[in-house]
Amino acid sequence: MKDWLCEIRDAMKAFVRTVGELTLFFINIVMYTPRTLVRRPGLVVKQVFNSGTMSMTIILTCGLFVGMVLGLQGFDTLQRFGAEEALGTFATLSLVKELGPVLTALLFAGRAGTALASEIGLMRATDQLAAMEMMAVDPVRRIVIPRFLGGVVAMPFLAAIFNMVAIFGAFIVGVTFMGVDEGAFWSQMHANVAVADVAQGVIKSVVFGVVASLLAVYQGYTSVPTAEGVGRATTRTVVTTAITVLILDYMLTAALIG
Amino acid sequence: MKQTRAVEMGAGLFVLLGFGALFFLITQTTGLSNEIGNKGYIISARFENVGDLKVRAPVTISGVTIGRVTGISYDPERMNALVKMIIAEQYKQLPDDSEAAILTAGLIGGQYIGLTPGGSETWLEQGSQIEFTQSAVVLENLIGKFLSSMGGGN
Repeated sequence: MKDWLCEIRDAMKAFVRTVGELTLFFINIVMYTPRTLVRRPGLVVKQVFNSGTMSMTIILTCGLFVGMVLGLQGFDTLQRFGAEEALGTFATLSLVKELGPVLTALLFAGRAGTALASEIGLMRATDQLAAMEMMAVDPVRRIVIPRFLGGVVAMPFLAAIFNMVAIFGAFIVGVTFMGVDEGAFWSQMHANVAVADVAQGVIKSVVFGVVASLLAVYQGYTSVPTAEGVGRATTRTVVTTAITVLILDYMLTAALIG
Repeated sequence: MKQTRAVEMGAGLFVLLGFGALFFLITQTTGLSNEIGNKGYIISARFENVGDLKVRAPVTISGVTIGRVTGISYDPERMNALVKMIIAEQYKQLPDDSEAAILTAGLIGGQYIGLTPGGSETWLEQGSQIEFTQSAVVLENLIGKFLSSMGGGN
């Protein structure tokens, strides 16, 4: 009984410590961000390529099929009410406000987040970070910040591309396969989707970009310097990002709607 | 050097595509493209009951959208609702004895204001008020009237 309580206490202590460490790490990153942007913009561009351009395949494919599924499911549900003309509105609102930002964040964690965590973790395991410190090069500024910024820049664009492709997918299935009227598809969408809805999705994707990138570089930077440790850091990146993004998503939705 | 250039090109293409997608989302999926904007003149109308009318609801004439509702408020002095609407610049020649009615688009559609032109030779202008209005139809009142007329018939 006592051991059990002790374990819970230790786990809670460890959790609070991690949150504190993460916060300090984040503050450290934010403090040196302007300097990195001014002095080493090339490093950031390279990471935008790694996190953004290299994620295009997964984003385009998943976006297209998510949109096509939405078109199919939306049509099936809406036609029961005789409202299949609302398919454009239904698909676009679900995508720009919810599915786009969230699914992109989860895919980002799987594609780019794991790559960042394992790369930095391996640098830690092979003492490259220690070597940099020996040469008076701050690994946070040289390695962590460009990767973090690359992810932050890439995420909103990835989400926007995901949304665009998915709307196209819903259009293909709804209009081409299922025979929804093309004019109704677009005009109902125009009448019911507001710029504020799109903005809500963009705000979400910016927040998720910060969270997913921060967790990825943090897990890599603090990984145990062994093969197993790097593996565990990679796993933890996906798990913590998924949990945090989905919890934050509820809070953001409540804040933005209310 | 060559590799760096390829990376920069890739990153640049990605960012441009991202901006393109954002632009598509904002202009092509929302009603922004057929927005009237702020160019136009504001007129008002008083209604006994505005029903479910919302701000930004369309104002139409012969089914063509010519403006939007910009404000709905209750006037405690005259005890009715004051609806303000903006009409696009190019529809200047609306007779000032036109009638405004709150109508419903389809069975589950939202409510909008339908204008019926009158016969006057003078036009509505900035700040003028429409005199003839027809309130929104409230389903309960309609059923109530129907029931009382049935009772009268017997």
